Amino acid sequence: MTDATAAREAKVLGIIETARSKRARFRDERITMAHGAGGKATASLIEGLLVPSFANEALDALGDAGAVAADGAQLALTTDSFVVRPIRFPGGSIGELAVNGTVNDLAVAGARPVALTLSLILEEGLAAEDLRHEVDAIARAARAAGVSVVAGDTKVVERGHADAMYVCTTGLGVRDRRARLSPAALRPRDRILLSGTIGEHGTAIMLARGEFELDAAVVSDTRPLWDVVDALLAAAGPSLRCLRDATRGGVASVLNELARASGVAILARESGVAVDPAVAGAAELLGIDPLHIANEGKLVVVVAPEAADAALAALRAVPGCERATELGEIRTEPPGMVLLETAFGGRRVLDQLVGDPLPRIC
Amino acid sequence: MKFVDEFRDAELGRVLAGEILAAVEPGRHYKVMEVCGGHTHSIYKYGIDDLLPANVELVHGPGCPVCVIPMGRVDDAIAMARRPGLIFTCFGDMMRVPGSDGTLLDAKAQGADIRMVYSPLDALRIAKRHPDREVVFFAIGFETTAPSTALTLRRARAEGVANFSCFCNHVTIVPPLRALLDSPDLRLDGFIGPGHVSTVVGARPFEFIPAAYAKPVVVSGFEPVDILQSVLMILRQLSEGRCEVENQYRRVVPYEGNLRALEVMAEVFELRPHFEWRGLGFISHSGLKLSEAYADLDAERRFAVPGVRVADPKACQCGEVLKGVIKPFECKVFGTACTPERPIGTCMVSSEGACAAYYNFGRFAREREVV
Repeated sequence: MTDATAAREAKVLGIIETARSKRARFRDERITMAHGAGGKATASLIEGLLVPSFANEALDALGDAGAVAADGAQLALTTDSFVVRPIRFPGGSIGELAVNGTVNDLAVAGARPVALTLSLILEEGLAAEDLRHEVDAIARAARAAGVSVVAGDTKVVERGHADAMYVCTTGLGVRDRRARLSPAALRPRDRILLSGTIGEHGTAIMLARGEFELDAAVVSDTRPLWDVVDALLAAAGPSLRCLRDATRGGVASVLNELARASGVAILARESGVAVDPAVAGAAELLGIDPLHIANEGKLVVVVAPEAADAALAALRAVPGCERATELGEIRTEPPGMVLLETAFGGRRVLDQLVGDPLPRIC
Repeated sequence: MKFVDEFRDAELGRVLAGEILAAVEPGRHYKVMEVCGGHTHSIYKYGIDDLLPANVELVHGPGCPVCVIPMGRVDDAIAMARRPGLIFTCFGDMMRVPGSDGTLLDAKAQGADIRMVYSPLDALRIAKRHPDREVVFFAIGFETTAPSTALTLRRARAEGVANFSCFCNHVTIVPPLRALLDSPDLRLDGFIGPGHVSTVVGARPFEFIPAAYAKPVVVSGFEPVDILQSVLMILRQLSEGRCEVENQYRRVVPYEGNLRALEVMAEVFELRPHFEWRGLGFISHSGLKLSEAYADLDAERRFAVPGVRVADPKACQCGEVLKGVIKPFECKVFGTACTPERPIGTCMVSSEGACAAYYNFGRFAREREVV
């Protein structure tokens, strides 16, 4: 390669790196489904429009829950809305998902969930039986997660203006004194753990929609995670750097967000990813990477190297997390990027998707 | 998964990588084109590039059916999709390909009824469920997907589904390969032949490449071991001075192809005089349209569309990237005006296009040791 070509390449790589490290800008003319998929388009909406508009310290941290201090109490506050279709799917339903999703946003912020509020937006014509089923599911999930539903609201909209029912929640938690969590706290040599098999929730939903005519016994992994976080805090306490709930956009999105927030590189190993054979089969047929598929009960854990083994052992001792794995580690170069060592032995960049994972045709 | 896992064996991969290293002549630079987008996908998914010596370069060819659809055809698709009452169906990864004014995803956000399907039969099923509405299927792809479109049209005819039609953008693999080979600035040493296409057309149609252009072709499977073995077979042909069509994918590809698939294609389709390819321009006899016998199911005849040719952006140098004349970063707009979020050219459109891949991977590809 000539010097001029090499210089051209260095310049172009510099431009790409600058573009990558910049805060995403929101430049689209309309909202598309991609803005809701948890990938790059979602990041542009959050970082380019919402966060700058409400700028404050708690929000700028871009955590799953915001920190609130009131009269000496260290609280965490989060909110979420659930618009899943179909409302019932193998392994769960919208009501259960709403409770678990909300308490998990608190748990990964190191806060013990205490109370929820609940807003229901109901479509005209919804069968009372379906509503009763969801209310029961909410009550059961709240009991299991140890939270009370302390306030609520209901609205009914005309047929066609909502998809059966939408559930909106707010969650309040008490921040645990043992936790020192921040997405900006990652250091080189830190290790990354995964609390179990991935890709089940997103795959269960895709199959339940019946669009692909695939049959596979895949069940959503929806579950509350505070008991898992509690076990990790007991085993590793302040050595835990950061916890994330790998929902929309999957594990790949979480790793990319963390690499950017801390300005570090992440090396993940495919051999450190456990995938159920039915999920692997469906993902293979649809041409989708399980690392991009949503989960509803899987933690990504970053922990200081000296506490990693204890944290992994503690994870595996929690019922439901027996298949926890070590996924990879934090490196210095190249900052802001995630590399994946494939099971076949090659290395590649593991990027966030721009929008929803769309099946490939070839 | 049986018949899959053995072709993803890391140990076998290491052995093949070692044999490839032994087969390259020091100081010689090899450029091998994988024709098919499916191969490009595997190469990135498994990090195969990373296992090759730096002087063996894989050039991503024109075989990504999504990337090659020109802007004008996307505009036509969007125009159809916007017709009130019409249901427009297409494959998922087609929805993000930009036309001159946005993508099908954008049109969907603006109210068009666009539905993602997994096969043309899904589109036919939607048509039967909504007999009062016109349902169009956006057919794309090489000889791999053309037979399933053909069978669907045959079934639509047999069942008398009058509200179903097909916007046909099927293309054939040989003409663009010939166009690439005819270009005077081509710098390629050999071809990894398209395995999926070959299950339909067989290995025979590629005989012209060694015969007329003296370049080796190895028809390859899609697992990482398949691809490494195919690279090795090409390197061996080169070092032994041989040049022929070899079939690495014998477990699936018969030399003569699939005669029944070819038969139904001949019944339903006929060649267009010419068809435009994004990045490559017009290529004679490279596209398919519905035959006279199926003209009534042709969406282009049923609905008026703009049919305007939209030139590729001037600054875009996808053609030269595809031919291996320049590297992605040597293109004038690469990384600045043209990025994966806002692609201009075909090579940046799909995540496996040469430029998108380089955008994401470039720095690491360079760190490999030169033999």
